[in-house]
Amino acid sequence: MSDFTVVLAQIKPKLGCVSDNLALIEERIRLAVAGKADLVVFPELALTGYFLKDLVPEVARRLDSPEILRLVELSRQISIAVGFVEVTDDYRFFNSALYLEDGAIRHLHRKVYLPTYGLFDEQRYLARGERFRAFDTKLGRMGLLVCEDMWHLSASYILALDGATTLICLSSSPGRGTEGDSLGSADAWQQLTSTTALFLNCRVLYCNRVGYEDGINFWGGSEYVAPSGASLSRGKLLEEDSVTATVDEGVLRRERIFSPMLRDENLFVTMQELRRIERERGL
Amino acid sequence: MSGLQVNTGLLRQILVGFVRDEVRKVGISRVVLGLSGGIDSALVVFIAAEALGPENVHAICMPYRSSNPESEAHARLVADSCGVNFSVVPITPMVDAYFEQFPDADNMRRGNKMARERMTILFDHSALLAALVLGTSNKTELLLGYGTLYGDMASALNPIGDLYKSHVWQLSEAMGVPREVIEKKPSADLWAGQTDEEELGFSYRQVDELLYRMVDQRMTREELVVAGFETEFIDTIYRKIQNSHFKRRLPVIAKVSNRTIDRDFRYSRDWGK
Repeated sequence: MSDFTVVLAQIKPKLGCVSDNLALIEERIRLAVAGKADLVVFPELALTGYFLKDLVPEVARRLDSPEILRLVELSRQISIAVGFVEVTDDYRFFNSALYLEDGAIRHLHRKVYLPTYGLFDEQRYLARGERFRAFDTKLGRMGLLVCEDMWHLSASYILALDGATTLICLSSSPGRGTEGDSLGSADAWQQLTSTTALFLNCRVLYCNRVGYEDGINFWGGSEYVAPSGASLSRGKLLEEDSVTATVDEGVLRRERIFSPMLRDENLFVTMQELRRIERERGL
Repeated sequence: MSGLQVNTGLLRQILVGFVRDEVRKVGISRVVLGLSGGIDSALVVFIAAEALGPENVHAICMPYRSSNPESEAHARLVADSCGVNFSVVPITPMVDAYFEQFPDADNMRRGNKMARERMTILFDHSALLAALVLGTSNKTELLLGYGTLYGDMASALNPIGDLYKSHVWQLSEAMGVPREVIEKKPSADLWAGQTDEEELGFSYRQVDELLYRMVDQRMTREELVVAGFETEFIDTIYRKIQNSHFKRRLPVIAKVSNRTIDRDFRYSRDWGK
């Protein structure tokens, strides 16, 4: 694998306005292509906005809808990771992320962990995804996560064991906590992305949106975290931005030689203990 | 000791961004608000001026004849110090005309009437100026119910509704609200010499310490006692929150259909924005 250039498009979608958001996404794709990037990543629900509530069925799109086909077409010029609401033939609605490459859907991930606590209410409106799968791309083997997915250790763990060396997380993270030196939710996320990269010797590409919906801010801070856990490029807090980073293959190779924890991970022990726990819980 | 210390730089960035984003996304560039001469509305004026430019902020002082003259002077001082538009619309004629019919009305009725009179003036100016009405109620008074429903609690957007009074003081210092306004005793200014803390029976500092632990940290009653709060104080504040909850909700609608507004007809207000 060789180095590649990624653009994290830290945009501000309009709530429920699919065509406006598609235009915004297309513009960022155009800029990324002009900048000769290999991959452009958009936030969770970039096509729709976040606090959709009863708008979910209205803004949901099938995989063969004109908007998705348009993005698939654009992926002939650049690889694209983007979030939207997916509707299936049996009328389930998913908080989904697509990885598009060379005019085709390379991977579809449906958010597994739908937060329904505090200010979140996703499970009321959306169906749960049921798998974490790594997938091959021309930029290496990758894994997709949608926001809350990343807060479950098992999600990143599964993707890393499945061979992903790049974890892409699409996010719509609301900002809260102004007591400390920095924003509480930004602090928590930065610890998470760094620790995940460090534990799994993976790179993390984190793309978070900005803007406000009903007084709730989304804090941005999109970042590229190296397998060492070091954040090498980070977007602005609370403002629209575009983060361009060169993802260096040599850094990954060296990290995996120096700290081969993932190589030494004992899948047999893990599975044996998980099966025991499953048995004991009577699942 | 407490979580009432706040990062004023970050708070300022979030609140200024909030006003700018939420006002402009509805296709409006101006705001209007009541400027009483007190610290809460002064802070909101400062936030709005930074967000939209002072020329797009219209502050209206609406004194009644029993208001302390110092209040209007302070309102003018605040408006001058950040360069916003300022006007004075006295409410004495309309309030007095009404109470000529109800001369026995007590202070609560009179105070509520004044607050609602001011609200109608602000919403009239909202139409006149194509400006959104900014609210100036802080989290302490919203939780305690220390405000008039459809009066000072009415607004289109409230930048400081999630800030305790203790936060308001800190952010006001950081944003350069005039010292006289920060240091004076908080007052609803319905009659001369009235102060909030005397009327409430406790200080804002005391109650903010309790509210922060009770509401934000969800401490149990037992934990609050261990933290040093009197049981009577805890119970009084709990009841105040409970009994004023109706003020923080929309009117209750009797459900008869499959989709009742705000029950199973749910959309964000920023729908399509």
